[in-house]
Amino acid sequence: MNRFVLPLAVFVLMVGLLGYGLRLDPKKVPSPLIDKPAPAFSLAMLDDPSRQLSTADMSGQVWVLNVWASWCVSCRAEHEVISLLANRNLVTVVGLNYKDEPADATRWLKQFGNPYATSVIDRDGRVGIDWGVYGVPETFVIGADGMIKYKHIGPVTHESLEKKIMPVLKELLS
Amino acid sequence: MRSLLLLATFVFWVPPLQAVIETYEFESVQMEADYKKLIDELRCLVCQNQNLSASDADLARDLRRETYEMLQEGKSPQQVVEFMVARYGDFVLYRPQFKSNTYLLWLGPFLLLLLVLYLLVRRLRAANKPVEVDAAAMAEAKHLLEEKEPGK
Repeated sequence: MNRFVLPLAVFVLMVGLLGYGLRLDPKKVPSPLIDKPAPAFSLAMLDDPSRQLSTADMSGQVWVLNVWASWCVSCRAEHEVISLLANRNLVTVVGLNYKDEPADATRWLKQFGNPYATSVIDRDGRVGIDWGVYGVPETFVIGADGMIKYKHIGPVTHESLEKKIMPVLKELLS
Repeated sequence: MRSLLLLATFVFWVPPLQAVIETYEFESVQMEADYKKLIDELRCLVCQNQNLSASDADLARDLRRETYEMLQEGKSPQQVVEFMVARYGDFVLYRPQFKSNTYLLWLGPFLLLLLVLYLLVRRLRAANKPVEVDAAAMAEAKHLLEEKEPGK
């Protein structure tokens, strides 16, 4: 009887570990930028390219950076949720228009509605690289201290908004 | 004749292969070697099981450009790796660094080997050990054997 205990224990342990591994999403790579200062940028605004928005302009307030593009299908899926977040008027939602044609981006906003306080143009994706963006959409929450507090990879769903992003925002705003 | 030509055009026309590797000019052989080594060892985040040199993803192209430009600016390969890790985490490295949270990863196989060797030695020793029987039991066994003998 006793000789079965150890193999059984090893088996159960393996099943547990593998089961846990199966539930992880390999597409979600943890960002090393959490609790690090938000990488600085100064980019032209989509609605008025003669004006620039920089990370310094946002200092002192909690804000959300949503990386989007008109060619990105999942951005369309999360558009409703981002709009919902923006309409709550809790925080400024800034769009980072990632590797997009400004004309396409403008048309996209016109077609679906513009949830962003402003969108800035990252034409060649360099700012995206600084922020560790590897798939659009991505959403960052930045604290008043200029630190990245949370990163959401992939489209924000209603569930992830309420369960993940809102608690972070509420804590930062309280 | 004309239709034949047209046919030949379609048969032999090879669409210009989208070069995965852009042609970059390098100042030195060393720099080119560094570049090739870096794009071989850095992972493409989009297509996860490809390195930068094998991937045609947009991001991979951007990161190759970044790698190239950093080397051109005189940065060392180590600095390029640090730049990537600061943005994308250890996951970009196909060869994980040897540091506190990867000790188990690097040393684990050797620890397992040591453990198995230990168990093996213990088992072999146990197998070779002469069986010890205490004197009283031995005497009793002898006694029983002798007792049985005559009755046979």
